[in-house]
Amino acid sequence: MSTPNESIQLTLNGEPYAMTAGLTAADLIEQLGLGGRRIAVEINEQIVPKSQLAATPLAAGDQIEVVHAIGGG
Amino acid sequence: MTQLTDTPFTIAGRDFRSRLLVGTGKYKDFTETGAAIAQSGAEIVTFAVRRTNLGQDADAPNLLDVISPKQYTLLPNTAGCYNAKDAVRTCRLARELLDGHNLVKLEVLGDDHTLYPNVVETLKAAETLLADGFDVMVYTSDDPIVARELEAMGCCAIMPLGSLIGSGHGIQNPHNVRLIVEQSRVPVLVDAGIGTASDAAMAMELGCDGVLLNTAIAHARDPLRMANAMKLAVEAGRDAFLAGRMPRRQSADPSSPFAGRING
Repeated sequence: MSTPNESIQLTLNGEPYAMTAGLTAADLIEQLGLGGRRIAVEINEQIVPKSQLAATPLAAGDQIEVVHAIGGG
Repeated sequence: MTQLTDTPFTIAGRDFRSRLLVGTGKYKDFTETGAAIAQSGAEIVTFAVRRTNLGQDADAPNLLDVISPKQYTLLPNTAGCYNAKDAVRTCRLARELLDGHNLVKLEVLGDDHTLYPNVVETLKAAETLLADGFDVMVYTSDDPIVARELEAMGCCAIMPLGSLIGSGHGIQNPHNVRLIVEQSRVPVLVDAGIGTASDAAMAMELGCDGVLLNTAIAHARDPLRMANAMKLAVEAGRDAFLAGRMPRRQSADPSSPFAGRING
């Protein structure tokens, strides 16, 4: 069992990322300052719809991708 | 003056007026991007999907603030993908990004030197995406047999390259493009290699339904002026195609009559 202040290691956009255990994908997005931004989230190669972010707990070892639109042809 | 009409340009069941599709890469800034795209008259606009820059200013302007999904039909691409799996993941992320919008530009590249399409991986990705409900506009080589295969699978537009992406070498094999146009029942667009207005006009004169370009505008000395040139070139090329060009002749044929010459 995780204690409230225990931290877990994630991989976020290809880089190691430490986060407090017991939080959700929505918490992560808020923590990154990306709440309300036009982004898309994938965890372990599965899309997590916006509506599901708050209901998606994060676990140690999760591979998370947060993407947005940029210029391209 | 007679109002000339044209059949609608239809992609995945939606009608468009402009047959010029433009990308949003390589511009100086978002202001220039927005201005050039507005000038081009394009209604379908491509963009790329990339990791967000974490730890940077989250309030920095976003491409989609400038190119609004309300104003434009956005066409996410899979640029930078070298296998089917990455391309499929990118399309699914794009669909989430655009709240379920399922029109995508599939491109699976072979290597970073040529950015030439890897048709084996492109076919694999197209199969998965079509089964997953995507409308797939597909960047491919100018091989008519591959083009036919992609159309038979259900791709909604076939987009052969004119020449290498970003090369500005124009349409290197117009005969192949023509073969693809003649056999296809879905729209055919030249999708890479356009360097200047005459290249875009040539694509349309070959009977293509549209042209997709990016660098030719973004890297022109004056992008806004080139955006306008491309708009006019696509319109001119389309009209020339519909008009049907005169036959080529081996000898001259005077436009002024011989009869009544003062030296006759």
